[in-house]
Amino acid sequence: MRYYALIPFLPLLGFLINIIFGRGLLKHRAHWISVPVVGLSMVLGLMTVREVISGNVINEDLYSWVISGDFKVSVGFLIDQLTAVMLVVVTVVSFLVHVYSIGYMHGDPGFYRFFAYLNLFTFSMLMLIMSNNFLQLYFGWEAVGLCSYLLIGYWYQKKSASDAGKKAFIVNRFGDFGFGLGVILIFLTFGTLHYAPVFGSVSSIAGKTVVLFGYEIDLITLIALLLFCGAIGKSAQIPLHVWLPDAMEGPTPVSALIHAATMVTAGVFMVARCNPIFNLSEIALTVVAVTGAVTALFAATIGLVQNDIKRIIAYSTISQLGYMFLACGVGAYGAGIFHLYTHAFFKALLFLGAGSVMHAMAGELDIWKMGGLKNKMRITYVTMLLASLSISGIPGFAGFFSKDEILYQTYLKGDLGKVLWLMGTVTALLTAFYSFRIISVAFHGRFRGSHPEEHHLHESPPVMTIPLVLLAIGAVAAGWVGIPPLIGEAIGLHGAWFYEFLSPVVGHPSEEGSHSVELMVMTLSIIAGIAGIILAFYLYRGDAERAKALLKRPFLKKIHTVLWNKYYVDEFYHLIVVRPALWTARTVIEAVTDIGIIEAIVNGVPKTIGRFSERLRAIQTGLVNHYAIFMVGAMFFILAFILMVK
Amino acid sequence: MIELRWYIWLSLIVFTIGMLGFLTRRNLIIIFMSVELMLNAVNINLVAMSHYMQDMRGQMLTLFVIAVAAAEAAIGLAILIALFRTKAAGHVDEVTELRG
Repeated sequence: MRYYALIPFLPLLGFLINIIFGRGLLKHRAHWISVPVVGLSMVLGLMTVREVISGNVINEDLYSWVISGDFKVSVGFLIDQLTAVMLVVVTVVSFLVHVYSIGYMHGDPGFYRFFAYLNLFTFSMLMLIMSNNFLQLYFGWEAVGLCSYLLIGYWYQKKSASDAGKKAFIVNRFGDFGFGLGVILIFLTFGTLHYAPVFGSVSSIAGKTVVLFGYEIDLITLIALLLFCGAIGKSAQIPLHVWLPDAMEGPTPVSALIHAATMVTAGVFMVARCNPIFNLSEIALTVVAVTGAVTALFAATIGLVQNDIKRIIAYSTISQLGYMFLACGVGAYGAGIFHLYTHAFFKALLFLGAGSVMHAMAGELDIWKMGGLKNKMRITYVTMLLASLSISGIPGFAGFFSKDEILYQTYLKGDLGKVLWLMGTVTALLTAFYSFRIISVAFHGRFRGSHPEEHHLHESPPVMTIPLVLLAIGAVAAGWVGIPPLIGEAIGLHGAWFYEFLSPVVGHPSEEGSHSVELMVMTLSIIAGIAGIILAFYLYRGDAERAKALLKRPFLKKIHTVLWNKYYVDEFYHLIVVRPALWTARTVIEAVTDIGIIEAIVNGVPKTIGRFSERLRAIQTGLVNHYAIFMVGAMFFILAFILMVK
Repeated sequence: MIELRWYIWLSLIVFTIGMLGFLTRRNLIIIFMSVELMLNAVNINLVAMSHYMQDMRGQMLTLFVIAVAAAEAAIGLAILIALFRTKAAGHVDEVTELRG
């Protein structure tokens, strides 16, 4: 049975129904179609995953998409262990977010449009992860980008939202340009775009070089780095991370689904999928690892000082994605995907929790206007707390197992690995700090808003809290499939099941470590996490007097200013990209090309004809006698001419 | 027997009268009559030549010209009546709708 083909196409059907009938027929009932199709897709997805667990890997072409000479591409599905993990993440989180949105988006005038886009996104993301070739991957890649654009700018009447949508789309262009080149280069090198033949013959081109701009470059490194360009854009790594915080202008369920759990992890998925290519290039792997570690630390430091609850979580997402790339870069793809999988639960939960808070506070985002919410919003508070514990790497929670494995594998990777590991451990401390800064400021202490606002505070309806609870279960328990062997032995459970499961696709990490090293790394990361939590509660207790006192010191004040302005990256890009682009648009494109060439042609032709006819119409007097004179005169001339010629 | 050239002179004179009338008069009926004169000048010419050259084709052509002239007169009168009904005008300089 090919029921797995229905997994992506059911949401597509939901999209079509909603976009055609949503405006007139469905209106506020749009979720009647959207939610069941995604639910059904989730059920089928989980059934497929069970098949995969029992050992059936599906790789099948369904339809010849492009046949042009040697260029043959099909629409096909590859459902292996890696895809299975992604299927769980995408369908489950997508379904829960759909359900949550029923409550969150209730009463919004674009209700049907929101669900249509959300369906389209689910379809695109599923096409991306289930593809068995690079072109379909690219299709899904661009389609999720489109949905991201549509949903960030969902409240398009707001200038900041439509700007953020454009920014996300344009910044992603930079990465996708490289990704597109990478795909083309793969076709030129291998003559096919299907995964199996490409990955099968990749080792045969090891050591081959191409000459580019006069330099000799290793072909595999070039392909890997071009592909990684796409991952940098899509997964918001340095230097293309600037779009993700702005993407928070979109509705919160979108942030949870697209900008935390699924789309932004597509880059990690792609790198893991292409691991046979990356494994052959030491340079590319190092680039991936360093980019990941630097991004993780960099984004975490910015997250320390932001006041917008969603932006803090957005920087946290960038930081966690950095971890995943760090894992891929040290060859521990299994750990990277494991973190992707656990991260999807706790980060989606953090966002949906933030959405629940915003729901109660009429859209307020500033954590300093909240406070004391824990008594008013019990479920939201508890679930947020669990998610924060999970992301902080507290033992027993999902985030602990995945983050610990990444740090351990990084530590084993030589001298560079030690440096990256240190960055990762510091990041773990910062992660715990900013996560519990939210908890401490927004949920503890006293309420800082006005009285009517306090009176308005309420727990969200069950349609929103139930997804929170389900995600909280994931945030706590999802990690137990990948317990480190060290702990597994101690408590009598089979450890590292997750890595075993994934190993047919991504292999095993190359380095073997000892238990003592693992224990050391683990202890340090636990200490870092707990220290971050304690520090956050210590500094932000009550009205955060201690934190404010710290800011009085000039040195810390200066650092705070830099972090508050996000290291001035946006300003820098504005200076070197946006302004030159606008300048070129105005002085070259508008003045020369538009006005000088195109408008000159478009307006010049009718103007010339007009001037000519202006003269010609003088003879059209409308008097029959005049026409008669012309006729007779012309006849006379013709006659004279004939006679003269003869 | 009258020589051929008298016929040609007659034809020329009739044609010239018709042409001058066609060019100078403003009354639409007179213009039609002038056109009729020019056509008949051609007919005289054709018949005379036909007789002189002993070729029946000239007389055949004349019959066609007469038929065309009749049709033309019918259409012309129809235009005239339509014009008079809509604009109460019988003179061509009173209608200049086609001026560019």
